[in-house]
Amino acid sequence: MSVCTLRINDHDIAVPAGTTLLQAAQQATIPIPTLCFLEGLSAVAACRLCLVEVSGADGREEPRLLAACVTAATEGMRVQTHTPRLQEIRRTVIELLFTEGNHVCAICVANGHCELQNLAVEVGMDHSRLPYRFPERHVDLSHPQYGLDHNRCILCTRCVRVCDEVEGAHVWDVGWRGEHCQIISGLHEPWGDVQACTHCGKCVDVCPTGALFHKVDTSSEKHGHPERLQRLMHARTHQQWTP
Amino acid sequence: MSSCLRLCTAASCRSRGAMALLQSSDRPVKEVGCLGPCSEGPLAAEGAQLLSLKPAEGEPLAPSLGAALAGSRAISADDPFLKLQRRLVLARCGVVDPGCIDDALAQGAYQQLQAVLAANNPSAVIDTVRRSGLRGRGGAGYPTGLKWATVAAMPSDQKVVVCNADEGDPGAFMDRTLMEGDPHTLLEGMAIAAFAVGAAQGFIYIRAEYPLAIERLRRAIAAAEARGWLGTAIGGSRFSFGIELRVGAGAYVCGEETALIHSIEGRRGVPRPRPPYPAEHGVFGLPTLINNVETFGNIPPLLRLGVEAYGAGTKVFSLTGHVQRSGVLEVPMGTPLRTIVETMGGGAPPGRQIKAVQTGGPSGGCIPASALNTPVDYDSLKALGTIMGSGGMVVMDDTTNMVDIAAFFIAFSREESCGKCIPCRSGTVQLEMLLRKLLERRASAADLTQLEALCHTVADASLCGLGQSAPKPVLSTLRHFRGDYLELLEPGEVVR
Repeated sequence: MSVCTLRINDHDIAVPAGTTLLQAAQQATIPIPTLCFLEGLSAVAACRLCLVEVSGADGREEPRLLAACVTAATEGMRVQTHTPRLQEIRRTVIELLFTEGNHVCAICVANGHCELQNLAVEVGMDHSRLPYRFPERHVDLSHPQYGLDHNRCILCTRCVRVCDEVEGAHVWDVGWRGEHCQIISGLHEPWGDVQACTHCGKCVDVCPTGALFHKVDTSSEKHGHPERLQRLMHARTHQQWTP
Repeated sequence: MSSCLRLCTAASCRSRGAMALLQSSDRPVKEVGCLGPCSEGPLAAEGAQLLSLKPAEGEPLAPSLGAALAGSRAISADDPFLKLQRRLVLARCGVVDPGCIDDALAQGAYQQLQAVLAANNPSAVIDTVRRSGLRGRGGAGYPTGLKWATVAAMPSDQKVVVCNADEGDPGAFMDRTLMEGDPHTLLEGMAIAAFAVGAAQGFIYIRAEYPLAIERLRRAIAAAEARGWLGTAIGGSRFSFGIELRVGAGAYVCGEETALIHSIEGRRGVPRPRPPYPAEHGVFGLPTLINNVETFGNIPPLLRLGVEAYGAGTKVFSLTGHVQRSGVLEVPMGTPLRTIVETMGGGAPPGRQIKAVQTGGPSGGCIPASALNTPVDYDSLKALGTIMGSGGMVVMDDTTNMVDIAAFFIAFSREESCGKCIPCRSGTVQLEMLLRKLLERRASAADLTQLEALCHTVADASLCGLGQSAPKPVLSTLRHFRGDYLELLEPGEVVR
């Protein structure tokens, strides 16, 4: 296996060829914020939080912004993860996410355990510089065990991917486009009517916010469980079913 | 053939009643594609003489073709609109009957394909394209020869050639003109490309809003198959190549190549990050060559003329907006903008002045009248903060407010955003809200600063070309027409 060396911020690191910049940074314990990315699922590079400045790749010196979750490390790359330009982008992205939905932390099931909330703290978003849009969105409580509150959905598509790639049921999809995008179940039916759903709850486990939740949970009671997915994927990959 | 009356029945003249004239004719008339100055339509031609059948201002269209011809106005061949053109891609457009392959064959269609197959040297074809310096005509201007060489070098026994005919920029109708007027040039260019890169399967991805182009392409593909210019054993050689039409469902973003590939595969038309590039991983995972209609249209004339005579090539533009004469024109690359807009297009309507020219649609920008001497080529336009784009050229006179224009394009991008990445999905909404605030004279200087900052963030952080270039109409108007923005600030605001 070939190895390449690269520099992330001030760290020189060597990683196997094909390693993504996100994995390389994790190896050097350099934190890069992520939201749509989840280990165990395919990467879609949609949330743009993991953008980093890359130079020295393909002979290009001018820094380019690339998503760390999908960019493979190459020999001689120089990566900056926290420049002022990147910090401005990350804060704006979080502001855009907050303003396009209806995120009311105080009454949310995920309050205190929400990846969006944590990221807002991490990027220093103490308020939004852009106006809130207060869109009219709906809640689907047709499923016997779970609920979907579109007000809290950030369209990261983790639920779509986990249901398709891991559970193999493909209950979820994205409907419409642009600002009208929304997660749909089945062919835009109430979730409870979708016979493909196996009630496995993986979508609820991986949801970074309070959009997908157990109906028994009330304010601040929802905990996401992305580690369950990772344990499952590890067991499947290595055929080790006992911890 | 030359004495036969030719009548344009392409979309523009059709909208002006060309079909009624055709049906009322008592003499043989040949249906042809676009003859050029659409604003003078319906247009007809007899030999080299172009005739405008446009009724006088306020009058109805003549009841029959005979009557229309009697009242027609000749457009001289010395008219700058015609004289300054160099028709390579559109050489047969307006000359051949797009529904008749015999006519196209008589005028030289498929001769270059035949020559290429006889020579049986794919790398020589790629070398010719590379030496010509031809760059992608879809907007980005990627070197065509390099793209072909990359796909040709891919170690796969199955490859795909795709024609991007999802022409969606407001004010752009060059590709439609070629497909409606001379579809066989496109098919020939695609077949030559397929031979050069080693592909056997082709797709034309065309937007549903072009029903006439779809109909004529369908007919042309069937005719070419019947004559052995598409399908198996083309021209008696061992080369096989089939073309399928894929009709888009109205999403602008499907003109982005990765979204287009998803759409061809039957999936949701959203872009994905590159790499891998389509040359490596395209339609159904196969190495794929994607070029735009006009790029393929350049191939047969390039091979016919050779690199020397082809020179810098041409660019087809669709000229619209506040000009006296609008239509489709093909000019040598590097023609000054002023020549196109003022000399050929006749300039602004009487009593008005040209304020700006918009190129590149929602991904482009506005060029101020002071920069009209700029030659139209990829690099000069980029230096002005716009792009060559696919060829839409919208002229705006001094009655235009540039903030209005910026708001129009941002509204377009907002509507057409696929919604996958947040900077484009939500950023375009916030940008339009800020522009509306300005237009309603409620904005402060701080809003203007925020507008500019958000433009840069959306451009830097978006996933695909649509989002990355969506703020360009705002940034270019801010650069060249800042005064229009400052005038709209709330009264009492300090103007910086």
